[in-house]
Order: sequence, then structure tokens, then C-alpha cells
Amino acid sequence: MLLWMGIFFFLPLLMMLAVSFAGRGTYGGVEWTLSLTNYAHLADPMYLRIYGRSLALALATTTLCLLLGFPLAYSIARAPARRQGVWLLLVMIPFWTNFLVRTYAWMFILRTEGLMNTLLINLGVTTQPIELLYSDWAILIGLVYGYLPFMVLPLYAAMERLDLSVVEAAWDLYATGWSVFWRVILPLTKPGVIAGCILVFIPSLGAFITPDLLGGAKTMMVGNLIQHEYLVMRDWPLGSAISFALMALVLLGVMAYFKTDGRLDRFERGR
Amino acid sequence: MNRGRIWLLSASLVNLLFLYLPIAVLILFSFNASRLSATWQGFTFRWYLALVENQALLTAVHNSLLVAVVSTSIATILGVSAAVGMERLLGRRRRTVEVTLLLPLVIPEVMLGVALLLFFVMVKLPLSLLTVMIGHVVWNVPIVAVIVRARLQKLDPRLVEAALDLGATPWLAFLRVTLPLLTPAIIGAVLMAFTLSLDDFVVTFFTAGPGSTTLPLKVYSMVKSGVSPEINALSAILVLISMALIGLSLVLQRQRN
Repeated sequence: MLLWMGIFFFLPLLMMLAVSFAGRGTYGGVEWTLSLTNYAHLADPMYLRIYGRSLALALATTTLCLLLGFPLAYSIARAPARRQGVWLLLVMIPFWTNFLVRTYAWMFILRTEGLMNTLLINLGVTTQPIELLYSDWAILIGLVYGYLPFMVLPLYAAMERLDLSVVEAAWDLYATGWSVFWRVILPLTKPGVIAGCILVFIPSLGAFITPDLLGGAKTMMVGNLIQHEYLVMRDWPLGSAISFALMALVLLGVMAYFKTDGRLDRFERGR
Repeated sequence: MNRGRIWLLSASLVNLLFLYLPIAVLILFSFNASRLSATWQGFTFRWYLALVENQALLTAVHNSLLVAVVSTSIATILGVSAAVGMERLLGRRRRTVEVTLLLPLVIPEVMLGVALLLFFVMVKLPLSLLTVMIGHVVWNVPIVAVIVRARLQKLDPRLVEAALDLGATPWLAFLRVTLPLLTPAIIGAVLMAFTLSLDDFVVTFFTAGPGSTTLPLKVYSMVKSGVSPEINALSAILVLISMALIGLSLVLQRQRN
């Protein structure tokens, strides 16, 4: 197993790291010269805009998924055991459905002559079809739609373990709905919240299909940029450097997660 | 309290509507007689018939199944042995293996695809179904290992010890005691790996060569050339297949219990 992962996982990554310091040949090959040019290129304002958009979209996706997923996970966890299975199944079906299919569904709905525009015109909201597809909004909808199950499942796992008598005690002690939520439910389900956020944040930051299909040429994200540099511009060294920048962003997120997780453990042991 | 309940329930219903309405609309319009319009023009099975006659699509389905079967088998063998082997390691070494296993899961898929492409080109391995299979095994091994390991850690170590005390060799104890206890987890892992392999687009996109088009690649190229009722019909079939796979995993789990 280690041999397999060594050859087909770590070796490719190391080669990519090496290539990210090399130069680009005239015909798109790799020229073995040691330089930091590719990493200097990363600070190009055009690229910075793309990282900025990716980060903003990933954060917005995570927040929306949390806002939507939290009440759903909570009501699943509080439902009677028999019904919980049915609810979970309903969340699992989209989770197991092909991602391309789910993205295509939004193309079908949002396109100019699509369902949404037909509906809006028939309702008299607008006379001319609106351009809904190929925008940041379309990408955001697609990402939230795609990754919502990733948020609901860990949240549910955390809430299932939540001791309901604690919540009832808070009610009995005349806590208002808000303070029960902020001071009892949220702190107790924090590990699930963090896990869900990480699971949504990582894939949406590196998303490729969603911005490719629902976004336009002006709404690239990092994932598309890497693909563009590799397959269209044939500038492998620069593409590799961008990949490592993306990985650094992701690892920062994961490390932040483990750090808060560790603190949480200590906090619980302290009690 | 009651108002909170109603609020929660309606929020959940909005969620489910959001999750299912797009899929429902997609399936509904796969039966629409009109090719272009988003208004209902009558019922037809025409688009489904067109799929069956599409030779390129059938080849892609065949390729996808082949890749999924081969890569799932390899990933299962490697993943299960990794999970079992890990239990025997201690301290630092165990930690190293753990990180090795988790890294492919946190790394963005695009990056993995690109790194594999780079690797295959540099070692001059022509892009084909073989390279696609290798790519799928790379992220399916960790998935299998994580699922099997979770189960392994919950097993009672006394069971294996008892077998050893009764004169079983370690290998026999593994085959007769550990493996049967792990079976539900392994079945779950196999189904998961198989589904993920069947559905994977990103890694396949970078590691597939000419003539090794899989179903998701074919769907992608169809979608790229515009919305059409054939894609709706194909999507409806894919949704049904994923529902069938979940059903299968549920039935298998229930039998075990």
C-alpha cells in the first residue's frame, strides 16, 4: 500500500513541486532551470482577483450551507428514530447522485430560455429574459447545492449525540430560544459544525466543474485557472506553482481546524 | 416551543425542496416532447430511445464499468491491508501512515489530477484506461482504509486473542475471526469506492487519453455543447442508478444486523 501511494501519489506531487521551480519551454515543455519566477507570477493582480473570488465564494458557500444545514440536521436528530432513517436517506440520495448531473440541473433551470426565465416572464416580473447563468451567483447556487449534504451529515452526527435533557434544562430555567441556541446547542455541536465547514470549504475552494459549467470566462476560480494553465496555455511550471498555492490555502484551513479541535479537547478534559 | 418547532420544520422542508426540486424538474422534462422549449409540450419516450442508439455513449458506459470494477478491486485489497496493517504499527510510524492516508482526501481534486497527468507524461506512460484506473485507486485506497479502520477499532480484541489461545495461527485467526467481523464495513467501502469511481470526473478528465472516454467525460462533453433533452434522460437514469446503489447498501447492512 505504501509503495503504491509512494509511486502514484507522493512521486507525482514531488515532481510537480520540482516543475513549479522550472521554466517553460518554447513549445510548452518544461525547461529545467531553477527559478522562483513562477511563484513571483502568482502575485499578478489578475491572479490575485481569481484567488480572491475563490476564497469569497468558498466562504459564502460554507456560510450558506451552515445556515441551511443546521436547522435540517437539528430536526433530523430530534425526529423519532424511524423517521430519522427516512430523512437521512433523503439527504443521502443527492449526495450519491453524480455531481455533473446536479450541476446540469441548474444549467437547465437558469439558462436564458430556461425554466426560471419562462416562469419570471409568465408571472410578468420581466418581459426580457435575464442572464442568470454564467455569473458568480450561479456558481454560488451550484456550490451550495453540490455541497449541502457534506454539511448536514457531520452536523447530524454531532447532534445525534447531543443530550436533549440539557436542552430541556435550559428551557426549564427560562432561557429564551436564542440563548438556548447560542449558549447550549451551538457549543455542544461545535465539532460537527467545524467538520462540516471543513468538508464544504475544501472542495468549494478547489471547485472545477461548477465554475466551469455555471460560470463564464470572467468568473474563473483557482481550479479552472490550474486547468487553463495546464491544458490551454500549456504552461506546466506556472500551473504547478498555482496548485501549490491552492494546497497551501487548503492546508491552512485544515490546520486551523485541528488547532481548534485540540483546544476543544483540552477544554473538555479540563472540566 | 411550538413556534420553534414549526419554524424548524419549515426550514427543513425548504432545504429538501432546494435539494430535490432541481432533480425533479430535470426528470420531468426528460419526458417533454419539445426539444428546445422549457414549457411542457406533451409526453414522449423519444429521448430515452435516442440514448440506447448512441454508440459512443454505450462505449463510455462500458469503459466506466470496467474502470470502476478494476480500480475498486485493487483499492479494496490495498485499503483493507493498510487498515489491518496499521493496527500493528506503533507511535511515529503509525502517525506517518495515517497522514499518508489522509492527505489524498484533503488535497483538492484538481491538483491530484494535474499531478498525475504530469507524472504519466514524464514517465512516458500513454494516457489510457490504465492511467484512469491508477488515478481512481489513488483516492479510493484512503476511503476504503478509513471506513474499514473505523470498524476495526470498535472490534473486541479479546475475540482474536481467544482464537489465538485456542491454537489458531495468526493468519487463520485473521481469516476466520477478523475478516468476517469486518465484512459489513468492507461491503460499505466497496460500494462507496465503486460509486465514486463511476461518478468521478475531475481526476478522470486529466488522466484519460483519446479512446478512454468514461461516462462522466461523455456527459461533460454533452453538457458543454448545450442543454438537450437527451442529457435530461441520461441524468434521470443516473439518478435512478444512484438510488438503486443506496438501496442495495441499505439492504446489505440490514441483513448483517
